[in-house]
Amino acid sequence: MGSPANHDNVASLATDFYSLLESFKETPFYHLLFEIFLVLTVLWLILFRKPRRIEKKLTEKEKQELIDEWQPEPLVPPVDANHPALNVRVLDGIVGKTIEIDGKKSLNFATFNFLNFVGNPRITDKAIQAVQKYGVGSCGPRGFYGTIDIHLELEERLAHFFNCEEGIIYSYGFSTVASIIPAYSKRNDILFVDEGVHYAIQKGVEASRSTVKWFRHNDISDLERLLVEQDIHDKKNPKKARTLRRFLIIEGLYMNYGDLCPLPRMVELKYQYKYRIFMDESVSFGTIGQTGRGVTEYYNIDRRKIDLISSSLEYSVGSIGGFAVGSSFVVDHQRLSAQGYCFSASLPPLLAAAAIEALNIMEEEDTTLCDTLMEKSKRLHQKLLDIKGYLIVGEDISPLKHLRLTNSQNTVARLEEIVEFAQTRGITITVARYLNDEHRLPEPSIRLILNVEMTDEELEFLCTVLQEARVKVTV
Amino acid sequence: MAKTSAHQKNKSYSNAVYATPVSEHPSLDEVYEVTPFSEAFWTYLNYVILNIFGWFRDLLRNARIENRKGSAENNPPGFVPLYQSYESFYTRNVYQRIADCFNRPIGSVPGATLDLLERVTDDYNWSFRFTGGKVKTINLASYNYLGFANNSGPIAENVINSIKTSGLTAASTTQEFGTLTQHRKLESLLAEYLGTEDAIAFGMGFATNALNIPTLVGKKNDSFQSLAINKTKLLYLKGCLILSDELNHASLVLGARLSGAVIKVYKHNDMNHLERLLRESIISGQPRTHRMWKKILIIVEGVYSMEGSLCKLPELIELKKKYRAYLYLDEAHSIGAMGLRGRGVVDYWKCDVNDVDILMGTFTKSFAAAGGYIAGKKDLIDHIRVTSHSAAYATSMSPPVVEQIVSVLNLLLDNDEEHEGRQRINQLAWNARYFRQRLTKMGFIVYGHPHSPVVPALLYSPSKIAAFNREMLKRGVAVVTVGFPATPLVLGRVRFCLSASHTKEMLDEVLKHAEEVGDLLNMRKSKLNPKRPFHETES
Repeated sequence: MGSPANHDNVASLATDFYSLLESFKETPFYHLLFEIFLVLTVLWLILFRKPRRIEKKLTEKEKQELIDEWQPEPLVPPVDANHPALNVRVLDGIVGKTIEIDGKKSLNFATFNFLNFVGNPRITDKAIQAVQKYGVGSCGPRGFYGTIDIHLELEERLAHFFNCEEGIIYSYGFSTVASIIPAYSKRNDILFVDEGVHYAIQKGVEASRSTVKWFRHNDISDLERLLVEQDIHDKKNPKKARTLRRFLIIEGLYMNYGDLCPLPRMVELKYQYKYRIFMDESVSFGTIGQTGRGVTEYYNIDRRKIDLISSSLEYSVGSIGGFAVGSSFVVDHQRLSAQGYCFSASLPPLLAAAAIEALNIMEEEDTTLCDTLMEKSKRLHQKLLDIKGYLIVGEDISPLKHLRLTNSQNTVARLEEIVEFAQTRGITITVARYLNDEHRLPEPSIRLILNVEMTDEELEFLCTVLQEARVKVTV
Repeated sequence: MAKTSAHQKNKSYSNAVYATPVSEHPSLDEVYEVTPFSEAFWTYLNYVILNIFGWFRDLLRNARIENRKGSAENNPPGFVPLYQSYESFYTRNVYQRIADCFNRPIGSVPGATLDLLERVTDDYNWSFRFTGGKVKTINLASYNYLGFANNSGPIAENVINSIKTSGLTAASTTQEFGTLTQHRKLESLLAEYLGTEDAIAFGMGFATNALNIPTLVGKKNDSFQSLAINKTKLLYLKGCLILSDELNHASLVLGARLSGAVIKVYKHNDMNHLERLLRESIISGQPRTHRMWKKILIIVEGVYSMEGSLCKLPELIELKKKYRAYLYLDEAHSIGAMGLRGRGVVDYWKCDVNDVDILMGTFTKSFAAAGGYIAGKKDLIDHIRVTSHSAAYATSMSPPVVEQIVSVLNLLLDNDEEHEGRQRINQLAWNARYFRQRLTKMGFIVYGHPHSPVVPALLYSPSKIAAFNREMLKRGVAVVTVGFPATPLVLGRVRFCLSASHTKEMLDEVLKHAEEVGDLLNMRKSKLNPKRPFHETES
């Protein structure tokens, strides 16, 4: 009954479909392409395009508003006018064994003048001769005609004094060690550093961008713990471990604590764990050891086992500047890569001449100066221990001692009062000054520095004054 | 007190007719001629050949066919090698070939003439031997701009007296017992000379930058202890920005790095780039957190020693005021050498010294001493006195050096045209312009500002650097030639440093020799100033 209609429907459908196909054949090619393209685009939009976050773009007006609104902080924060650094004592004349303050003479236990070379007539003469030959400044860095023959002589003499292959001098004590460490230790190298090192070493360590592992001051077991940890770490990744250099940075005699480093054990560990030792002997040069050749002489260790010894000409030698001695292999590298050497003017010749003459005196005196100094240090240490109420920090042979009040009374204010009182009695001492961003700020203390020319009576007088001061201040 | 008599006539003032005071307007043109293609090509080829030879020689050394020169490690095997082998590749194979041009020892005052210690090498620069002889040369290498490097005369007398009365060192830090009356005098004279409220001096110029920039900008240090005196100070420093010129000196870069602030570098003397960076930085704030910056510090130098260019101070001050940034000006090479009264680039551009927040300089160059200073407002200097690493831990300046600077300052503060201070400043200005003009007219490619006392002439390739240096030495002139890495790879140069103690005759002699050597090395290739013979360039 409906089948003819059905047939018709199907037939019409078929015809329609056929005509559709026919029309396809007749359409222009570009039209087909266009349609296919549109279909594909729709498919892509639906399936593949990820929604992009619309970024908020600032208008020019908004940008200008931001710029106008911005207010910087003041360049420097306000400073307390009573800060001791702003009220320093201004001195006149030679700052030797005695100094003149406000017209009165007082005994000087405050400046770094261990061997009393400040004001020494022989050194003064040599410095004057150098001025008459070379003038004052050297007017150039070492690489560009700033190397004067006197610098070469000083470097040779220093190397000879320490029995090392080569020496190198710097024009500033602070920059010496701060330039040396970054010259060898780069990013990713490992530095094992004692926590009690002084600020210049901390800055050198910071400038090197290496991995730093601090160990407790003079605590060998802490150092061993760190070494063992690093060893375990290395075993997990031996390929990488072969490219990482390791260094141990220590001081011979610590300026902030006055004690010696346990060098023999550290040298043993060096060969066991394969690190290099850089030792800073600023304070121990000229003061420790029979002839003043430092901690290596005191412990009787071969200096070739220490990779680099850096030191300063500003403490025992009575000049300005710093130096480093070691094997040529190690020291020569600094001539091209230590920043404080390559990019800075060289040491003024008169200061180099003074250092050479001081070395002459030290070599002539041989053991007398240092023996005397060590004797006097021991005696002073005994005397100081006898005073009640003070805590003495430091080795007995060290000419640099730190003095603290016992228990909770140890504040900077009280120590300043002691210093004031001592000044009125004719003794000059100083509170050790530190900056706030030291890695581990030492406890407040008075830094006592012994001059080799101090007599026994003068040491007695010092102790008497210290005793009176304590009584006065803690009452 | 400095004993200055009426100025004495000596050799350096024989050019009275050539030392007319310079009062022209400051100039804004600096010329940087484009590197000729041929030079660039030969320089690159030069480096390629050096590298090939270096590689070959290293091969021979490793195979033990050639003896390994230089020293060897002391420690037993098992230690990680101390140096990267490629780091020393350049040193062994390129630098070592021309090592006789550097580190030349001298045996006299580094004045207008220099006595070099004669040295020979038996094994191609690996080691040197002194013959004991001295070579007298004209000195265009030392930083002696005003010619004060003298070993006799009233200033040297003052220095010798001060050694006798104050010793060589106070052996103590500035914050403890290292301040002598001379230091205070130096600081007040310096403040008067520069026109600022106060100043502070340090013992080393390099350290002045490296140790004081961290006290002005930076980030909080975490290992801070409660025993410290001024707690709030450190919290102040976090979140600062430093915008530093591309060609800043290593000490400025080190100081910026040590401070821990964020550093952005802008193209050399490109004020547009600097302004763009300033705008972008203020708008987008600190990285990641987008907080506002605490402070922005722009660090520039007065005279750039390798390019001989001047900073564009008026535009910098304008930018600084517009965006409320702070300006740090390092006048190591320009103090004493630029400006009508020798007060540096601020004097040259006739700007107000109070617009520059921090003025820094060194005493090594124009004052022939050693050390550095920072000058500015009183609260800035007080802050530095309290927080500077150098003031707290480093020995104060040596008294004879201070005396040298004080004597020189007394001479320079004297504004009388007839007296020595002004005479020297005018002489230097005349020397700088004369030398540069004739050098340019002879066809050398010279970089930098027309009035700067540093005159770099381009040599391009490392072999020409060595050749120029050695040839000039044969003719009795000591010059400084520098290459990579102090300069870009292709732009090796010779840098002449003029001095007020050079006479016109000395400069003429140097120029004649330079003409000869320039022809020998085929260096006179400027397209802007085609080469002309020496006698034609007199004008």
